[in-house]
Amino acid sequence: MELVFSQLLDGVSIGSVLLLAATGLAIVFGLMGVINLAHGELMMVGAYVTYVVQNLFKPLGEGLFQLYYPVALVAAFFVTAVVGVFLEKTLIRKLYGRPLETLLATWGVSLILIQFVRSVSTPMVLGIGVTVILGILVNRYLPKKIKSRPFAPYLAGLIWTASALLGIVTISAITGIGNRALNKPWFGPRNIDVTAPKWLQGSWGSIAGIELPGIRIFIIILSALLLLGVAWFLTKSVWGLRIRAVTQNRQMSNCLGIPTDSVDSITFGVGSGLAGVAGAAITLLGSVGPNLGAAYIVSCFMVIVLGGVGNLVGTVIASMMLGIIQSIIGSGSLLIAFPDMPKVAAAVVEFFATTSMSYVLIFIFIIGFLQFKPTGMFPQKGRSVEA
Amino acid sequence: MPTPILELQDVSVDFDGFFALTDLSLSLQPGELRSIIGPNGAGKTTFLDVITGKVKPTKGAVSLRGESILGLSEQKISRLGVGRKFQTPRVFNNLSVVRNLEFAAAPNKTPFHLMFETLTSSVKDEVYRIMDYVGLAPYAKVEAGSLSHGQKQWLAISMLVAQAPDVILLDEPVAGLTDDETARTAELIKSLAGDHTVVVIEHDMEFIRDLGAPVTVLHQGQLLTQGMMEEVKADPRVIEVYLGQSDDH
Amino acid sequence: MKLFRKLVPWILLAFAFFVLPEILSQFRLNLFGRYFSLAIVALGIDLIWGYTGLLSLGQGIFFALGGYAIAMHLLLVTKNDFTTGANGLPKFFENYGVDNLPFFWEPFWSFPVTLIAIWIIPAVVAGLVGYLIFRNRIKGVYFSIITQASLMVFYHFFNGQQKLVNGTNGLKTSTTELFGMIVGSDDAQLLLYRVTLIILPFAYLLCKFLTSGRFGDALIGIRDDEARVRFTGFNPVPFKVIVFLVAGGLAGISGALYTVQSGIVSPQYMAISMSIEMVIWVAVGGRGTLIGPIIGAVLVNYLRSLVSEALPEAWLFVQGGLFIFVVVLMPDGIYGWLTKGGAASMLSAFGIAKRAKTYPSLDLDEQVNLEPKTITPK
Repeated sequence: MELVFSQLLDGVSIGSVLLLAATGLAIVFGLMGVINLAHGELMMVGAYVTYVVQNLFKPLGEGLFQLYYPVALVAAFFVTAVVGVFLEKTLIRKLYGRPLETLLATWGVSLILIQFVRSVSTPMVLGIGVTVILGILVNRYLPKKIKSRPFAPYLAGLIWTASALLGIVTISAITGIGNRALNKPWFGPRNIDVTAPKWLQGSWGSIAGIELPGIRIFIIILSALLLLGVAWFLTKSVWGLRIRAVTQNRQMSNCLGIPTDSVDSITFGVGSGLAGVAGAAITLLGSVGPNLGAAYIVSCFMVIVLGGVGNLVGTVIASMMLGIIQSIIGSGSLLIAFPDMPKVAAAVVEFFATTSMSYVLIFIFIIGFLQFKPTGMFPQKGRSVEA
Repeated sequence: MPTPILELQDVSVDFDGFFALTDLSLSLQPGELRSIIGPNGAGKTTFLDVITGKVKPTKGAVSLRGESILGLSEQKISRLGVGRKFQTPRVFNNLSVVRNLEFAAAPNKTPFHLMFETLTSSVKDEVYRIMDYVGLAPYAKVEAGSLSHGQKQWLAISMLVAQAPDVILLDEPVAGLTDDETARTAELIKSLAGDHTVVVIEHDMEFIRDLGAPVTVLHQGQLLTQGMMEEVKADPRVIEVYLGQSDDH
Repeated sequence: MKLFRKLVPWILLAFAFFVLPEILSQFRLNLFGRYFSLAIVALGIDLIWGYTGLLSLGQGIFFALGGYAIAMHLLLVTKNDFTTGANGLPKFFENYGVDNLPFFWEPFWSFPVTLIAIWIIPAVVAGLVGYLIFRNRIKGVYFSIITQASLMVFYHFFNGQQKLVNGTNGLKTSTTELFGMIVGSDDAQLLLYRVTLIILPFAYLLCKFLTSGRFGDALIGIRDDEARVRFTGFNPVPFKVIVFLVAGGLAGISGALYTVQSGIVSPQYMAISMSIEMVIWVAVGGRGTLIGPIIGAVLVNYLRSLVSEALPEAWLFVQGGLFIFVVVLMPDGIYGWLTKGGAASMLSAFGIAKRAKTYPSLDLDEQVNLEPKTITPK
């Protein structure tokens, strides 16, 4: 009984992490039809923001340090939300209505984010600064006469290329000075560790003799709160109403004076911000690195497909289900709980009793499930679903 | 009375509590031409969806030549001889006009036939005859995507003819056409009736009158009335649903 | 002129077959051999994505299956100190205490069986996976997501099964023997390079056959408007299963050729990134054309080698930028851009070439026709 309960708790907490990660993705996918493969990398950004905030709090002394985590959560949300809004305004906007294209383009974004985190250093930031400032300024103060010529778009491309080259020159010039401290990458390709504040470490009491590990309980509560927040935001707030209006009829919303552009940015920003919070939560579970995203993205999409697109309840049930299955199968605890099961069953359980094999089982389960319910547990209905 | 070629009995379609069709019954005789009108949301398109297998009715029976076609896939119903033109002219934009028609006219519709079998000359002749008839012959090698709206409408109707179905369902065949084109389309449709059973859904009353066929009026998923255009036009219920002259609201 | 354009690919092929081995170093030639083998998997992706509209993110499954098939055969038949363990089986089995060859590897003792298995196993797996997905009318992004999930099933399975397939380490072929030559040797690699160049045109012709006739029309119809195809009386499922199966078979052949030329097959071939990269080769070259994927696979991989050799850290930036650039600014890819007059319009923008006086395509464009005749400037 104890074993089952603790496995369940484990499963629910794995499910909560999935839920945190999948909620933002579900919003972006369900409401905007954007397949954001960079979602995992936005989580990674959130994790690194947590790391930075932690380091900023370190010199402040033990007392204040205990408070860094809530600050980090908020910071992670806003930094990733800003990154998301930037992405929406520059890239995603051009690809609405073409989900497969968003998939490929956001994969490109994810590659850039991964490498950026690995190799970002002071010279690089300066170089990027030079590129951006030059690119914007030159393009902006180009004589009007030239701007109206047919080759203007190509020229703008050339200017950006030239600015990028100058940026690279800047980087190598600064690197060439040879100041080791200056050239050192900020994070590097290695994993980073975040220390959980004391109040999260250890146990938060026990129920029926089972310890309640603080971190896990905290994550469960955090994901529940965030989910409620998202549900409130989408159903009760003004912006939520606008978002749903735009989802249902973009042109009509436009005519009614809803600023659809801002709605798009805010939707994508909120989705990205949630990824950031998920990333901040993951730092509590162990060390994180630039490749953090890849581990979560496929599972997140599975949660959405299984739950039914555009349905938060479905997302919750699906993520809990996957979390619990993974924890129970992956740990092989069925063998301990039922020691005298038939040999064949025991062999099967043992076969799948590793983390990677439990993934195999879960994915097979989902693909099997979709044979009977191709649109997930809670499908959308009506004439408009299939054009 | 001969067996109707197409018959719907007490068909209801329920989209999560919203009844798109309620207890609709309708039957069509072979060779008949029938117009269907009704205000927006009357269930006209859902009616076609039910016949062509896109939407499964919540209750009721649909039969073709006396045999039930309920639960069959779209392609099976199509092969049984029911062809449909959609509200917007859906043609294959990246194929040439002649290839669009040859695709529709293919007598055998399996992958292996398409891979290894060449079209017989009689099918090809038929395709050219149809193109000549609708005036698309000069555009035979042109990609369908670059045709004008009216030409696309005709191509879509031509594809139906090439498919040689017994029942032709036309959803707004003259939407967006000029008056001249509309008149010619009416001629085309009248010439199809007799050999085929034709159902026309339209908003254009002028056009419906030109067709001179019996009219069925749908309203809120129910059959409101049937009859010739003049009778229907005089029916106070029809006037009410179209003009909303009711005091109840 | 038309004849000349038709001949160009074959001239380039002959050039690659006869001249490149004379002028390139063994190292470069081997790299080009790999690029050409990757062009085969790209052709398959073009078949399903460019022509049929199914974006598969799981081609790595079939690619790796082909690689594992040939690699295990080579490991089994080679008897030398590098590859063979004390029990006469490939060495890695020893490490996990496996004394009997797992039953499913038994057929791979035979060379003919292996040659067939290389494409038939991936094809059958693809057909099965495809049937299960298409049967339920799962398409669009859902198809992509599910193929990616299937990829993860295989990835985790191969990673987790040391005793069957050597887990994360994969199978090394460079020290095995083929026709009495060490596979990693220069002679064997030259032979494999030429074999690749012989198979590539056959793959091209197969795709040409499938896409040019009425079957190809059906594929394009399914891509553009699948529901319409159904209402015309065609069942799209067998069409999709067939192209997915053919693409799977091509991926298997490609994977086998790539494996023997790179010296290893490992679950990394089934990583998410590898399969998405394959898609971008097609996008860069030009989807919906058959020359495009070949150009794309060779060019992108050549670029990768160049950038990685000069500045390894920059490759992900370049690759990421390439994804974004192609999707946003060059959706037709290089070949599509050239054939649709992209180069000409660029030159004319700079005043180098003459602008066309009228725009015949615009006269037929309904959007343009619908616009009011007088458009007042801002």
